[in-house]
Amino acid sequence: MTDDDQQLRVSKIRNGTVIDHITGGQALNVLAILGIDGTSGESVSVAMNMPSDRLGKKDIVKVEGKELSQNEVDVLSLIAPAASINIVRDYEVIEKHRVERPSVVEGVLECPNHNCITTEDEPVQSRFAVVEDGVRCEYCDTIIRDNLPAHILAD
Amino acid sequence: MRHDHIISAKQLSRADIEEVLDHAAAIAADPGAYADRHADTLLGMLFFEPSTRTKMSFTTAMKRLGGDIVDMGSVESSSVKKGESLADTVRVVEGYADALVLRHPMEGSAKMASEFVDVPLVNAGDGAGQHPTQTLLDLYTIRENAGFDDLTIGIMGDLKYGRTVHSLAHALTNVDARQHFVSPESLQLPRSVRYDLHQEGAEVREHTELDEILPELDVLYVTRIQRERFPDESEYREVAGQYQIDSETLAAAKDDLTVMHPLPRVDEIAHDVDDTDHAKYFQQAHNGVPVRMALLDLMLGGEPE
Repeated sequence: MTDDDQQLRVSKIRNGTVIDHITGGQALNVLAILGIDGTSGESVSVAMNMPSDRLGKKDIVKVEGKELSQNEVDVLSLIAPAASINIVRDYEVIEKHRVERPSVVEGVLECPNHNCITTEDEPVQSRFAVVEDGVRCEYCDTIIRDNLPAHILAD
Repeated sequence: MRHDHIISAKQLSRADIEEVLDHAAAIAADPGAYADRHADTLLGMLFFEPSTRTKMSFTTAMKRLGGDIVDMGSVESSSVKKGESLADTVRVVEGYADALVLRHPMEGSAKMASEFVDVPLVNAGDGAGQHPTQTLLDLYTIRENAGFDDLTIGIMGDLKYGRTVHSLAHALTNVDARQHFVSPESLQLPRSVRYDLHQEGAEVREHTELDEILPELDVLYVTRIQRERFPDESEYREVAGQYQIDSETLAAAKDDLTVMHPLPRVDEIAHDVDDTDHAKYFQQAHNGVPVRMALLDLMLGGEPE
């Protein structure tokens, strides 16, 4: 059975984004990154731990009526480095690309160190360097390894 | 020196370190030759936390180079009290001074401040972060007493929050040093510092007891364990008591062991150590002046002799 056959089990969307090849088990974290908890009414399909030739197991997320910002893609790439993003208009995939691991994520994550200057009321955005196994605050050096979605800045 | 701002010991290469230390040695040998070097230069002092040694030695250094200081004074008496941001404060004060020295209680403050100013800015301590000029004077003292070759150093006390420790540990990766870290488990090196030391391939060992390595050490760098790091007084007393040294403790050490401390000390080094040849902490504090003179001179455009 191919990946495509598996995807057919989830209904097609008209306009929106399909995020495929998410690391198995990370779909709910992807939704957290996108700020989707189901309360705002958009139609969302999630498939978890589907067989995948490339990844062994993968998750798929389809979100109606949503296109991702660069910041969202950057954080997504950290927890699902193999993910591909398909932008769908009128049931057709009009754009497809793989996420790229950025060297820096800016203004997306909040530093967990409460004594870091970026958590104060100063005209500065948080900035994290992407390191081997996590991200690192470029101001106070704090390293975040686990649970990145929990550190996404509130709007 | 290629750096406009001195924010972290991590930015200092071996060549940078040697350049500052050599220049400091030349200044220490003939301070009078530098007396008018920076007449008309004003150093802006922004100390958001109390400081005695760092502030006084920067002041002395600038004055001995012929310049002067302008001082924000205490936070209580400044516009910070009215809620001014650090970014605004430094942008205002850079208009008054040729270079800035900043001490601030939050990590990353010096880096952020440096992004808002064009004049050189020196980090004089950012929370539990870094304190690179202390490191330069520490290195000067180490080089004077023990040298940089085949060095075995023990760093003891509060390794988690001690910014002088974080800066020194980074800087020591540039020299031929084995670093032993001695602390209670709750005050071991933070993850970010271990990460860097690991990346640099530094030889690092951690201990909870000084006895384990004291006889091997060329240098013992002692820091203060602060009361506020512990939930209660009795726990603090019990833990801190294990990391105090006196002349009796040092009987097990090499004859030429150098004992250092960034000061102020409370009771982690007993006064009976002061009279031994091991004690170099006052010399270390005095070295702050030539080292800071050298750094300021290089930052402000002086050429080494």
